Amino acid sequence: MTARARYITSAALTLCLAMSGARAQEKFQTTDSPPPAKYQKMEAPPPPPPPVLNQASGVRLSEPADHSKFEALKGPFADSAAVTKACATCHTDAEAHIKKTIHWTWNYVNPRTGQHLGKENVINNFCTNAKDNEGMCGVCHIGNGVKPGEEYAFNKQTSVDCLVCHDRTGKYYRLPPTRGNSACAAMFEGRDPINFTEVAQHVGLPGRENCGTCHFNGGGGDGVKHGDLDSSLIRPSKALDVHMSEQGQNFACSECHLSQHHEIAGSRYDMIAKDEGGTGKPGLRRDVATCESCHGATPHPKPSLIGYQLDAHAQRLACQTCHVPKMARGGVATITDWDWSTAGKLYNGAGYYEEEYTQGNGEKRHTYWSIKGDFKWGENLVPTYKWFNGEMIYTLADTKIGDKKAVTPINEPQGGWMDPKSRIWPFKEMHTNVPYDAGNKTLVFNHLWGADKTAFWGNFNIKKAIAAGMEIEHRPFSGEIGFLKTVSNWPITHMVAPKEDAVKCGECHAQKSRLANVPGVYMPGHTRFPWMDFLGLAGVGLTLAGVAVHGGLRIALTKKHKEDA
Amino acid sequence: MTAVTTNDLLGQDGSKRTVMIYSRYERFWHWSQAALILILAFTGFAVHGLIPLPYRTAAQIHSYAAIALIALWAFTTFWHFTTGQWRQYLPKLASLPAILKFYAWGILAGAPHPYTKTLKRKQNALQSLAYLWFMVIIGPALWSSGIVYLTYPLWAKIAAGTIALPVVAFVHLAAAYLITIFVIIHIYMTTTGKTPLHYVRTMITGYDTIPLSKAEAAYLAEDEPGRLK
Repeated sequence: MTARARYITSAALTLCLAMSGARAQEKFQTTDSPPPAKYQKMEAPPPPPPPVLNQASGVRLSEPADHSKFEALKGPFADSAAVTKACATCHTDAEAHIKKTIHWTWNYVNPRTGQHLGKENVINNFCTNAKDNEGMCGVCHIGNGVKPGEEYAFNKQTSVDCLVCHDRTGKYYRLPPTRGNSACAAMFEGRDPINFTEVAQHVGLPGRENCGTCHFNGGGGDGVKHGDLDSSLIRPSKALDVHMSEQGQNFACSECHLSQHHEIAGSRYDMIAKDEGGTGKPGLRRDVATCESCHGATPHPKPSLIGYQLDAHAQRLACQTCHVPKMARGGVATITDWDWSTAGKLYNGAGYYEEEYTQGNGEKRHTYWSIKGDFKWGENLVPTYKWFNGEMIYTLADTKIGDKKAVTPINEPQGGWMDPKSRIWPFKEMHTNVPYDAGNKTLVFNHLWGADKTAFWGNFNIKKAIAAGMEIEHRPFSGEIGFLKTVSNWPITHMVAPKEDAVKCGECHAQKSRLANVPGVYMPGHTRFPWMDFLGLAGVGLTLAGVAVHGGLRIALTKKHKEDA
Repeated sequence: MTAVTTNDLLGQDGSKRTVMIYSRYERFWHWSQAALILILAFTGFAVHGLIPLPYRTAAQIHSYAAIALIALWAFTTFWHFTTGQWRQYLPKLASLPAILKFYAWGILAGAPHPYTKTLKRKQNALQSLAYLWFMVIIGPALWSSGIVYLTYPLWAKIAAGTIALPVVAFVHLAAAYLITIFVIIHIYMTTTGKTPLHYVRTMITGYDTIPLSKAEAAYLAEDEPGRLK
């Protein structure tokens, strides 16, 4: 396990939640008996190592300006808001640009479906909703101006925190905007105070560490959410990721996720599932993060029979389907199953956690946690394959949940084999038993975080927490809580393996095929025409039998003729 | 000076001579085609999933063998028309009942084959019909569907969202079963000569002992002495 990995695992949000469990246990423990060995305490994280240098960042600067020589950055700075002011003296329009982007608004209207998405709207099947929990989840919102201890308000008039994305010292960090339950009061003890001047003078284009601060920790911890995004991508081996590895291309995220006025390409809310535009002309296409935008639409080596056939495969298969052979390959596990219905169990009157899973890098992961329920983890997982045209339909707060489906999709990939714009994509399926309004048949906003009497993380009363969440959102709540089996689909696109590790032909073209459950695929080696095979094999069999009988008779009768003669 | 009679020219005597009836090209064509068809059958049924062989290897060998066979066929078609050998396949069905009767019963009862090979007519009626069926129906069904299948990269884009690929595969598979049946019977039939290996030996050496008319014998002796033994 690298020190960096441990740091990211214990990054702001995880650390806070871990502490809340552990602290709660310590605080409320009433007996003298020591807790069982499996109830382990959280250790303080080691300081982070310096960031990876010289990452390719999608921008070519012949001579990056040495920010330490700028008068405006001499400091001293009281906080990150003061640094932002200094940045704006040169980067005059950056803030205005950022405030239009989803990174700031957390609000996105899908032009294809009209659905209102973004963290301000969606309910997922991890910690379900950022909304009503901004005091915690807002640790990833790039706003300044809320001081620890204040109640959090999603105040869009605050300034943008430049440093969380542009710090290249690795020493900058953000705290959750509010302290939440008193059990969390002691969090971040012992962290070095930030030297804002030093950080401000060492800004640069975002590296994997910067984006990873939030995106590697989605869903509540390192690797939890995506399956193809976790801290192992900070210093990945070439086998894990050809693009991001220092032995490979050393790509920063922004080398593919190009940006224009801070608008970053490649949101999964509205994806390009089949990019026929290819590379475009030099310097163009800053609005896509597709494989084809660099590799073209026909990238396989030619002239070669296999090369042409593989190019043809790309009509119906996403590049990722073959080139990301497995998820969570870097030693960091991802959660595949989560059961909220067991959340709230107490040990000696306090919350606790169990760590029964040890992941590839040696680190233990929670398998039960009073604040969240039961988890199952997985590594080196084969993705689930589905037709996808880039469009996702979300089950939103006001969506009535039908009785037809045994498992409710939180987001459902659209498309199918009859749609030429669809391709087969790999997904991580996340299966969660989530609390829902069994009376009104809707998903719910769960008020998890807060210092008040209703927040689940502290009070462990799911009904109160949901009633509070629904009240804040002015949504009808029947008061009847049930648990609903849900699945969310996370498109897999990172952790691209070297070409020799791509999925082999025989892993699909075989009786036991990776794509066995994908409808509408004719795969030689897998697909059969049962009655044709029956007729054909019967014909061959009968012919062999007829030939055998004819030959046998000939041999027998020839003998007889000779004897007769 | 003896006058040459019509009888002499037409050669009614039909004395038997050992003569090369399958030219070098025909034998090359036959055996390379046989090898390619066996390779194609083996790898083809492996691609279909009936024979365990790594898919990529099977598909690759199948494709290259198919290209080789198409080239061979193209050349052989050319050969057939330039040499006039294509006439060998025109079915003359009058003798068909007798031949069918022979294979159904006569061969078992030790009766002589009702057909005698001649230089002009190397195949009996059943053979012609079988080969014609092979060359006009099964062969084209196989290679046309095969070529379409092989060139999938050219039409993959317009075929996306349709059932074109499985339709092509279906035709190809059906023809593959038919040719398998053909090959089994064909190989068995090679054992029905004077001795079980007689026909095979003929197809290897090219020589068989057949009745020649005087004119044929005279022509061969004068112009193609190498064909006579």
